[in-house]
Amino acid sequence: MPTISVDKADLWERLGQEFSTEEFDQLLFEYGLELDEDTTAEVEAAIKAGLPAERPQLKIEVPANRYDLVCIEGIARALRIFLQKAEPPQYRLVYPPGGESEILTMTISPEVKKVRPLFACAILRNVKFTPRSYASFIDLQDKLHQNIGRRRQLVSIGTHDLDTLKAPFRYEAQPPKDIKFVPLNKDTAYTAEELMTVYESDKHLSKYLHIIRDSPVYPIIYDSMDRVLSMPPIINSEHSKITLNTRNIFIDVTATDQTKLDIVVNIVATLFSEYCEDPYTIEPVKIILPDGSTRISPDLSERHTTARASYVNSCTGLNLSASEVSTLLQRMALRSTVSPSNPDELLVRIPATRPDIFHECDIMEDAAIAYGFNKLPHKFPATSTVAQPLAISKLSDIVRQEWALAGWVEVLPLILCSHEENFEFLNHVDDAKTAVKIANPKSLEFQVVRTTLLPGLLKTIRENRSHALPIKIFETADVVFKDTSRERQARNVRHAAAVWCNKTAGFEIVHGMLNRAMKMLEIPLIGNTDQKAETGYYIKESTDPVYFPGRAATIYYRPPPAKGGNTSTNIKEGMKTALYAQCDMEIGSLGILHPTVLANFEIGYPCSALEFTLEPFKKNMNKIWTNDD
Amino acid sequence: MAEALQQLVLDTLDARSTIEDTRSLTIPGQSAPATSQEDQITILGALNSLLSREMIVYETHENLSHVLTPEGSQIVELGSHEARVWAALPAKGEGSPITPLQLKKQVGDETAKVGQGRAFKNGWIGKEGDGLVKIVLNIQDATQVDLREIASTGTLNEGEKVLGDLRKRKLIVQRKGQWFTVNKGSNFSTSTAKPETDLTVDMLTSGTWKSSTFKKYNFDAEGVPTTGGALHPLLKVREEIRNIFLEMGFAEMPTSSFVESGFWCFDALFVPQQHPARDLQDTFYLSDPKEALPPEPDYYKRVSTVHEHGGFGSTGYRAPWSHEESSKLLLRTHTTASSAHMLYKLAAKCRGEDVEGDAGEFAHGSSTTGDGPDDGFRPAKLFSIDRVFRNETMDATHLAEFHQVEGVVADRNLTLADLIGFMRVFFKKMGIEKVRFKPAYNPYTEPSLEIFAFHPMLDRWVEVGNSGMFRPEMLEPMGFPKDVRVHGWGLSLERPTMIRYGINNIRTLVGHKVSIEGIENSPAVMF
Repeated sequence: MPTISVDKADLWERLGQEFSTEEFDQLLFEYGLELDEDTTAEVEAAIKAGLPAERPQLKIEVPANRYDLVCIEGIARALRIFLQKAEPPQYRLVYPPGGESEILTMTISPEVKKVRPLFACAILRNVKFTPRSYASFIDLQDKLHQNIGRRRQLVSIGTHDLDTLKAPFRYEAQPPKDIKFVPLNKDTAYTAEELMTVYESDKHLSKYLHIIRDSPVYPIIYDSMDRVLSMPPIINSEHSKITLNTRNIFIDVTATDQTKLDIVVNIVATLFSEYCEDPYTIEPVKIILPDGSTRISPDLSERHTTARASYVNSCTGLNLSASEVSTLLQRMALRSTVSPSNPDELLVRIPATRPDIFHECDIMEDAAIAYGFNKLPHKFPATSTVAQPLAISKLSDIVRQEWALAGWVEVLPLILCSHEENFEFLNHVDDAKTAVKIANPKSLEFQVVRTTLLPGLLKTIRENRSHALPIKIFETADVVFKDTSRERQARNVRHAAAVWCNKTAGFEIVHGMLNRAMKMLEIPLIGNTDQKAETGYYIKESTDPVYFPGRAATIYYRPPPAKGGNTSTNIKEGMKTALYAQCDMEIGSLGILHPTVLANFEIGYPCSALEFTLEPFKKNMNKIWTNDD
Repeated sequence: MAEALQQLVLDTLDARSTIEDTRSLTIPGQSAPATSQEDQITILGALNSLLSREMIVYETHENLSHVLTPEGSQIVELGSHEARVWAALPAKGEGSPITPLQLKKQVGDETAKVGQGRAFKNGWIGKEGDGLVKIVLNIQDATQVDLREIASTGTLNEGEKVLGDLRKRKLIVQRKGQWFTVNKGSNFSTSTAKPETDLTVDMLTSGTWKSSTFKKYNFDAEGVPTTGGALHPLLKVREEIRNIFLEMGFAEMPTSSFVESGFWCFDALFVPQQHPARDLQDTFYLSDPKEALPPEPDYYKRVSTVHEHGGFGSTGYRAPWSHEESSKLLLRTHTTASSAHMLYKLAAKCRGEDVEGDAGEFAHGSSTTGDGPDDGFRPAKLFSIDRVFRNETMDATHLAEFHQVEGVVADRNLTLADLIGFMRVFFKKMGIEKVRFKPAYNPYTEPSLEIFAFHPMLDRWVEVGNSGMFRPEMLEPMGFPKDVRVHGWGLSLERPTMIRYGINNIRTLVGHKVSIEGIENSPAVMF
């Protein structure tokens, strides 16, 4: 959300009244703006101390979709209308005195398609700037460049002193070596090629060079005497620059996206048309497109749409007539009239300044804002439903509770970790099939999504050196594995893990934790050579480089046979038991951590670890309308 | 000895009913009354032991006494310096006089120096030629006598003048002393049998509990610290909030997919493809795996069309659509991605699809809310609390991962007033009474509201959550009938937890730098 700094005294003057900070905060709050800061106290303190001080500013946060509010002109206009001190303005296109035949033209060359295809422009006549309104005009362009323009990538604006130029104009694209002009705030001419080097070290402009640098042709705007207006989206020319004394302003806008192009040219033109001798008038330009067709720019026409009072009422919980809704909309700068054919329907005219309105629901929201969200009747949805927790949450909570009751402490490390922590530190090799990797981490701590809970537990032990021994910690949470069978190419798996750290390694301690969890889940312990048991778990010695040799085991689980199977009775006993054992699945491991692993995590005491998946123990919950993720 | 001394005190009290001055007692095994300070300290130990059993009471008196310095003790043993000098010399005419140099060798430098002067002054010795001789045959060593008296009584009958002189000579120092007056206590008896500290199984078997005396319990001290485990404070708050949802009839949504596609995380929610939230600076994208499998093609088409060209009564964003952007894999930035997926499933019957397991379906929401024919819609109230990821630089209030609490209510003709009313109740259950709602912008809800709560400690309004009604551009492509409205709201789990536990730095709450001891001592949570 952009924060806009406005001159407090100027704003009070524009609103025709002064507000206390609380009153103004309340007003902004109702409208959906936020007063971030009032610098009055700061300024007064500076003056008292004899320091140089700026005029008191109000810093206001505006919603990211209200481009019409990113300067004092827009905020004051919106609030005046909201306070019913002004009517929504009617923006008008006004042709030159000689009529349509005198309209200035801009010819678009077909070459621009290769780099920055879209163009719009507008002219403001007989403008009178003050130093502050001039600064606001510059600031508005910057705000639009950063927000809707996505740092000039999608849209950029140039403004020129029209009296220094001679129409007709041309928007072309040329090889950079063929472009040469004196850019803004320089006194010598450079080729576009040279400018790319010159601006390389410019803190402000270097950010935008990449947008066109590698293109064989660069966009460039000329007047009839081949004088450059600007080379979008990088820089304007020194020749046509605007000053405080500029009276006639030519605005050029170039873009890669038609919708955003239209929004930007309309916002700049309408917001600053209030400084024209004839306020809210804009002189259009005729654009001649490569195919010979023409269009008039800017297109300030209002969008005509409808909104139903019944819809507004059904969405808000109010009971308003169409004309009451119309009055509310007027305060939000939306003009409307009740349809002559349908008393429920409003014919709404959306001004060019409100591109944020897509749908009837946006109009409904404006009506609700004007009514006051906090004045809506107190209601409660009648929706009647039955509560239900997730199976995995219930299961996880059982293990968490039981382990805490057993005297262990639950910790909550991060899910993202470095590649080293997830693999090398655990003496594991990345097979490139397991872990999900992040393309753009800001720090090495966030390279992969963990596939094991161990790194977080071990880091927690490392950071808790001063804790009395033994340290007994656990976590039950998700790890993520790649899974090419799924739409998202990955799946979360709920793991439970515990680490014991003491002067002796204590394999039997974490082993006991496994037994305890299984006992509470009613999973019987079976022998690791037992082929006959129907279900249960057992552990079997294994080798895993994360563990000390001879002190590592894999945990196996034999799920209960599926209920309702009709073949089992017909199979011979021996066959049947063999089938049981075939279903055994690896669910985790435990062991004494290898001393090299301890060294990697800078832990000076022996540790034993246990980790296994909880997924096979999920209970089937009642189905609601779906039971899978 | 200690018990004998206690017995002595009790016996003495039994006989005299009071002991005026404990200095009059003679400690068993000693021959003289306990006048020294050391003896009184020994007696104090016995008194305290008896006091704890309320067998006696005592009063403390303070006095000043004198003790010998090492030099003073040496004088008691060997005589004063002047006496030692006198003793070393021959009597006048009975041998050759001793020179001062010889004297030094005989009695030592210090004694010779101090002793000569005093012996002359006392008229005990005289000069003969270069040497010294005794001039009296008998002497009275007053210093030694005085010091002996002080050593045994701590004071001197002769009085302060002499004591002052001895102090100046650094032979004695003053010391504060104590002595006591003892009387019978409420449990007085002459038996010193140790009181019991605890009731034991032996007492129960033997029945001695009936006759035993028990030591007074110190109710001011803390009990023995428990051993035992602990749950993490953030997850204790999670449980409390989960319970609020369950109490209000919500079903928990599956959220077990940290990895999402641009489609489900943003596009399905009608977040424009050029939205800043989708920037590399804000969202973690994956390098491996990179691309999602395509979603169901008809739905995908409806979503891309409403973005690019509009539809369902909307103009849409009218911006170019990128399939690449849509299929990019990322770590979800909000659990609303999961909610979108759930809502899509909820609308399956509205789309005319068969829902698996229909026969045994558990009626989560009542099916009788519509007036018209059954269009397959069932109301739902859903929630989730799970981790989300933002590509942020970590600081005291931001982590790259945090927990989002999310609630969704879907029903016909829900209103904004219902949402606000519901939020008031929901936050009231979290202990937040004073809330207000600010219109806000969110690409997938309209209206959108930020929820502000008045924080009495900070004395200002703070933002506690976001809410809104999902846009028709999101719901209608899923297949929901037009009159179905869906409320959604979200808040972070960390924020209320930090407020609950008065934590300023999030890194002391989440992550590996959290103190285990802190977890062990985190109080329970009851909103």
